[in-house]
Amino acid sequence: MSLQALTYIVVGMSFLLYIGIAVWSRAHTTGDFYIAGKGVSPLANGMATAADWMSAASFISMAGLIAFLGYDGSVYLMGWTGGYVLLALLLAPYLRKFGKFTVPEFIAERYYSKTARIVAVICLIFISFTYVAGQMRGVGIVFSRFLEVEVTTGLLIGMGVVFVYAVLGGMKGITYTQVAQYCVLIFAYTVPAVFIAIQITENPVPQLAFGSEITGTGTALLDKLDDIVTSLGFNQYTSGTKSRIDVFCITMALMVGTAGLPHVIVRFFTVPKVRDARLSAGWALLFIALLYTTAPAVGSMARYNLINTVQTGEVGAVDGNLEYAERPRWMHTWEQTGLVSYEDKNADGRIQYYDDTNPEFAGKAAEFGWHGNELSVDRDIMVLANPEIAGLPNWVIALVAAGGIAAALSTAAGLLLVISAAVSHDLIKGIFAPNISDKSELLAGRVAAAFAIVVAGYLGFDPPGWVAQVVAFAFGLAAASLFPVILLGIFWKGANKQGAIAGMLTGLIFTYGYIEFYKGLFLKWAGSPWGDNVAEHWLFGISPEGIGVVGMCLNFLVMVTVSRMTAPPPVHIQRMVDDIRVPRQGAESA
Amino acid sequence: MSSEQRLAYWQANLRLVAACLAVWFLCSFGFGVLLVEELNRIRIGGFQLGFWFAQQGSIYVFVALIFFYAWRMNRIDQKFDVHED
Repeated sequence: MSLQALTYIVVGMSFLLYIGIAVWSRAHTTGDFYIAGKGVSPLANGMATAADWMSAASFISMAGLIAFLGYDGSVYLMGWTGGYVLLALLLAPYLRKFGKFTVPEFIAERYYSKTARIVAVICLIFISFTYVAGQMRGVGIVFSRFLEVEVTTGLLIGMGVVFVYAVLGGMKGITYTQVAQYCVLIFAYTVPAVFIAIQITENPVPQLAFGSEITGTGTALLDKLDDIVTSLGFNQYTSGTKSRIDVFCITMALMVGTAGLPHVIVRFFTVPKVRDARLSAGWALLFIALLYTTAPAVGSMARYNLINTVQTGEVGAVDGNLEYAERPRWMHTWEQTGLVSYEDKNADGRIQYYDDTNPEFAGKAAEFGWHGNELSVDRDIMVLANPEIAGLPNWVIALVAAGGIAAALSTAAGLLLVISAAVSHDLIKGIFAPNISDKSELLAGRVAAAFAIVVAGYLGFDPPGWVAQVVAFAFGLAAASLFPVILLGIFWKGANKQGAIAGMLTGLIFTYGYIEFYKGLFLKWAGSPWGDNVAEHWLFGISPEGIGVVGMCLNFLVMVTVSRMTAPPPVHIQRMVDDIRVPRQGAESA
Repeated sequence: MSSEQRLAYWQANLRLVAACLAVWFLCSFGFGVLLVEELNRIRIGGFQLGFWFAQQGSIYVFVALIFFYAWRMNRIDQKFDVHED
């Protein structure tokens, strides 16, 4: 059977499964719609959280990013997992005890303020739309490569599927669909990784394989990789180029950002008990870790495979490089998408792949008669192309396509729900129409979800160019705005309304301002008044990706200072804080 | 629940959280970032230890930490009789 037919069958079957689950688990009340009626088991919630969290970026891009960054890629691995420790220890159990529907709702009640709620809703909507646009784009790309339809058509199909189960099922439908999606995506990620691990090292466990010896050479994979990448002028794979303070700050911003992301936090509102919220975070991270510990193995093996394919002989030897005419089939197919490209700069008909930006290597390259790097490979294709590079059967490739779509759809659905809840619950019910009936609110939630899908689809169809950059911004924003306010709301009774609003605004404005100055996100500066976006000009040497940490510290500082200078929160708020710190219902009043 | 008991419960919680976060920090920011070059001189199989912590070890520690916290916290809840039924 042809690859295309197989892919259609596998992807089609996965869609049928998702829609079937959605129909079976339709939402009947706002409780079902926002938080699945608080009836999800910790294990199922853990799986759903993992699928919700792992987006197209985790599934499609991360291993490729690590393949090209080496050690520097560790910031994503640690950053996007370590946040769950903060979430489990500092936020999830208490927010579950609080027992409402949304994150802005917690902020509104804890800080007895509608203004705080509106600021929180603004942060939330911005963060979530940024993400969701990227997901829809991911769906479009997978469709266009594997089903050979237009990106737009792929996008419309994706929107249709999300529409059916997010609008019908709400959180309940999404949760059970995400459980299925997790199974699809982890299977699709692991199978090719195991095959490739066996091919290179004969060790079937990818996590161990990339610390093993390459079959028949007696050299460890990572040592060999360090050797060959440096012989081609690249930076050593196992050591980084970023400064320590920058690695530190980016990792911290991603961790804290993870813990402050509304669509992640809200997952812990869906379990029956406080103790389930703690446990559920553990399950979620375990399921996430299955992919996140495989990714660096995939990254290193993909880099090794890629270089081995191109550099067939000794570096610098006349016949040391692959002849373009003899390139493997996967290069052909990906060249058609424009994501792999070749330019024969020295007209020798062979492919030279090396770091032509390294001045120390330039002399050597000239000696070899190389006139520049001739092969460019888009980082995003490494995972999708991996099964082809390793020559795996077609069903594996079809599976990877379905896995990529599952990752993108599950995250998109979770984000859309958070957006719709913010609109129908926080804005409509919370501020504009407090007397709205449960039924009308449910309808409003569905309409908001449908509207959000259309906007997301539009952003995915016509990405404003800054989607990839804004991801870093979204983390920084979550770290600098929502996280400190929630954390102090639980751990410090003295935190008051004035402090929270001042803190959120400070964190938000500082972080946004810094990124705007260096990256020109929305205003498109010609050049920053402080200079180019390079390390010498950064504040304390911290890149815009990591600046959320400084924003977070400022938020804490301002919040504490302002709270101290103004009246303490009313007694009933302090009692509420006492109450959320204790798991048993009513233990406080007894 | 008396206010002394409440305070004792909360302090037991804070001590546990502080201990867990110390391990969390040490294994990721400590071993994986700040001390990475020093640890890279030690090898385990084909891995340099610092690199291994940055790309593998820290994640395993995170998972273990959350389960440990959930287990310990349940015990503390029972000791202070504030657990859910």
